[in-house]
Amino acid sequence: MADTDERNTGGHFGFAIAPGMTAGNPALKTIVEPRAEPVRLRLPRAPRGTGFDLCVYGATSAFLLLVVGLFIELLWSSRLSISTFGLSFLWTSEWNPVTNQFGALPFIYGTIVSSAIAILLAGVVGVLAGAFLAEFCPQRMSGPLSFVIELLAAVPSVVYGLWGLFILAPVMRDYVDPFLQHYLGFLPIFSGTIYGVGMLTAGVLLAIMIVPTVTAISRDVMAAIPQTQREAIWALGATRWQSFQMVVLPGSRAGVFGACILALGRALGETIATTMVIGNRPAIAASLFAPGYSISSVIANEFTEATTQVYLSALIELGLLLFIISVVINALARVLLWTVFRPMEG
Amino acid sequence: MSLSSHTRRAIGFAAAVALTLAASAVFASTQLTGAGSTFDYPFFSKAFYEYSQQRSDVTVNYQSIGSGGGIQQFIAKTVDFGASDVPMNAEELKLAQGPVLQVPVTLGGAAIGYNLPGIEKGLRLTRQLIAEIFLGRVTKWNDPAIMKLNSGMKLPDMPITVVHRSDGSGTTYIFTDFLSSVSPAWKQKVGTGKSVQWPVGLGGKGNEGVAGQVRQTPGAIGYIELAYVLENEMTYAQVENKGGKFVYPSIETVADAAATKPNVSATEFSIVDATGANSYPISGYSWVMLYQKPSDASRAKLVKQTLEWLVTKGQSVAKSVDYVPLPDNVQKQALKVIAQMQA
Amino acid sequence: MRTPVTLRHPRSALGIFASAFCAGGVAIILLLILGYVIREGIGAISLPFLTQLPHPVGVPGGGVGNGLVGSAIIVGLAAMMAIPIGTLTGLYLTYFGRGIFAATVRFLSDVLSGIPSIAIGLFAYTILVAPLKHFSAFSAAFAFAILMLPVIITTTESAIKGVSHELYEAALALGVSRHHAIIHVILPSARSGIITGIVLAIARVTGETAPLLFTAFGSQFWELNPNNPMAELSLQVFTYAISPYKSWHEQAWGGALLLIVIVFIMNLGARVALKPRFR
Repeated sequence: MADTDERNTGGHFGFAIAPGMTAGNPALKTIVEPRAEPVRLRLPRAPRGTGFDLCVYGATSAFLLLVVGLFIELLWSSRLSISTFGLSFLWTSEWNPVTNQFGALPFIYGTIVSSAIAILLAGVVGVLAGAFLAEFCPQRMSGPLSFVIELLAAVPSVVYGLWGLFILAPVMRDYVDPFLQHYLGFLPIFSGTIYGVGMLTAGVLLAIMIVPTVTAISRDVMAAIPQTQREAIWALGATRWQSFQMVVLPGSRAGVFGACILALGRALGETIATTMVIGNRPAIAASLFAPGYSISSVIANEFTEATTQVYLSALIELGLLLFIISVVINALARVLLWTVFRPMEG
Repeated sequence: MSLSSHTRRAIGFAAAVALTLAASAVFASTQLTGAGSTFDYPFFSKAFYEYSQQRSDVTVNYQSIGSGGGIQQFIAKTVDFGASDVPMNAEELKLAQGPVLQVPVTLGGAAIGYNLPGIEKGLRLTRQLIAEIFLGRVTKWNDPAIMKLNSGMKLPDMPITVVHRSDGSGTTYIFTDFLSSVSPAWKQKVGTGKSVQWPVGLGGKGNEGVAGQVRQTPGAIGYIELAYVLENEMTYAQVENKGGKFVYPSIETVADAAATKPNVSATEFSIVDATGANSYPISGYSWVMLYQKPSDASRAKLVKQTLEWLVTKGQSVAKSVDYVPLPDNVQKQALKVIAQMQA
Repeated sequence: MRTPVTLRHPRSALGIFASAFCAGGVAIILLLILGYVIREGIGAISLPFLTQLPHPVGVPGGGVGNGLVGSAIIVGLAAMMAIPIGTLTGLYLTYFGRGIFAATVRFLSDVLSGIPSIAIGLFAYTILVAPLKHFSAFSAAFAFAILMLPVIITTTESAIKGVSHELYEAALALGVSRHHAIIHVILPSARSGIITGIVLAIARVTGETAPLLFTAFGSQFWELNPNNPMAELSLQVFTYAISPYKSWHEQAWGGALLLIVIVFIMNLGARVALKPRFR
């Protein structure tokens, strides 16, 4: 595994150590405290211009260029809409392609609510499922079960959409929604007519779509926690669950959080599946059973048929808005992590 | 005199190249590209398939990226022809790089599908009643207005769930054009378009979305493209036409509507609420756009020939995919437009 | 070595049951969806389906042969673009980045994951299609690569951070240069997690349709040149699914089933070939 340089570079500690030298001499062994999270060593840089370093910086720069380019392109293509509607675009509820009056409010609402439902459900279920796979599952089962769950990520959006429309929506309409309305109907979010399609169904479908991402990444992050840590706490008499609670979960917080953000991103940007089950009605309603509309859905629905320039521009401005919403949500999440939990690396 | 091996090889190579060029000139086929309406796609795919069987020198790659997409690509000149359910408007024509010809190529209609437990095909609806339902003014199936027309049927006391298209579509255009013609209230409140601000109802994506929604929801009503309804054995209504007769949407009734107005053009193209005795009132054309003066002469010639075939011999393909062929008088009109193409 | 799972402690038992329930529930939902797709699509699968060009309605037979080839080419090109940039950026975030720069890159990666695929398709169109005046598989691959990047970056970062730091320190203590330590010690250990990310990313884009409308465009014919419009399987599935015809619907489901099977095989292959280390 460890490759030693022919040249014995002199190392970073000022003297050369050849393999085998430490054997049998405990004084030369470095004792490193096991830590829950790897600490980045601040090492002097390798000589500038190393090909590898250039590759890394080059790749990162390419990535940055891409994202910035995307933002600029969105901004440029929505300039007509921005100049026509200005800031009122954000709080107007009218979406009328015939009179060319456009406002984004119902879509912003729909995107946020459906994604919130999705990440709440998928976050909880996904982390628990990942924990099961990493911690509690019998060894032999863990591989195949992981595999099955990851396969969910492979199902094309259009299949999710059709399955959602033909299987999930009727189940929601006939069993889940009436149940919720019966017991919790006094809450405004569970009041109103039940259609089967609507905000709640869309949130549930999105949750199903993003849960494999959360599960797979959480599982990997949890599996990477050194076994020594668990053993230490088992030695103190903890149960498996408690070792999970006290050692694994805190240690994998950053990675799990990253998984949730990634999954949330998918939920925000999902187009075809959402549009089959959300009801596609640009209106804001208190009830989760009511139909709604999300930004990605309306773009997917109307972009290919949009005729006037201002219509097209308004749709692209919605895409720009989604970019901004994504920035805001991510920023809030980072702030949350920074203040409530231990600060993240870098 | 013997040639050196070098020279022989050179001659051989030259001969091979010449032969290949000659062969490819004979066997080379040009691929024309077209983009646009998803409505046209099944008809085009069948028609162009037949066409490429007949001609070895042309193949057509048509992709359904949506009418709006088709117009955008046509304007950008990334395709040879565009296809759209609604002709290009003035704003779009201004953006096009050159004068544009628009040719009617096929017809379609919107059927009114519904889901009423116990009620078979054949619910009768007047034109105004349809408008009232989609405006949200008639909200129950046992409304007296509906019951009056359908005295033979036992209509339930159920709310009407309206389903419309969420994606922009030519079918929506035809339907809203129809509603605007028969209901001044609709015209004023909503208007005509491929996408509109619907007063009530759920949106389903695509014909599949609307049909699926209607099939799943007792009490639902929605408008669906004719070919879809015929292929999938749905329950649909009889609509009263301007002459007072209740007609089912079918290839014959839609063609009848088209035949009443042979002089269609890109500015005068609406055939909804037609006056023929057997006309189905919710019908409309689909269009192909061409440049009058295309830059590439050889390609232009092929495009012209292809379109000429499409509006004449190609129409025989339509019925087999449940599309409505252009009536003869309209075919002549179409040919006149294509003839203006300088190729 | 694991201690046996104890169910005597009530809260622990509850916790373990809850997590088992979640894992089981997710697996069951997948099986339901798979069952649905299989039921609807198995009828369409046959050798001609896999190898022929699409036929129009009414002409029997036909298949998605060109779509399969097209998907392979487009996803392959996308992976070739996204994997190096993604893994190297993930590496940047762990071993090269500092403070605000790393934070910005991480932040932008998360933001990028939220952009709707159709907006990314539009970006690819603006850069690679409109100026060149023709559609191409390459522009589709570009759009797909952008979609894959956030997943690969995040999972690479997670995977590398998960490798015990002692390994890195030990390698350096033995006199190995930094980039050797990374390439030959850290990356192989992080292999499993990175592969997960790549497979997830590929699975994600294999089912995407929206970005293809303005980039690959689609085709009814065989095409190997990435500079031309090309057929793609998920696009064909989508086109068939929204059409009126039952025969096409069945082909759509067959295509969807095929998409899932392809990712299944890729996932299996990646896991088996690289010897996973599941605990």
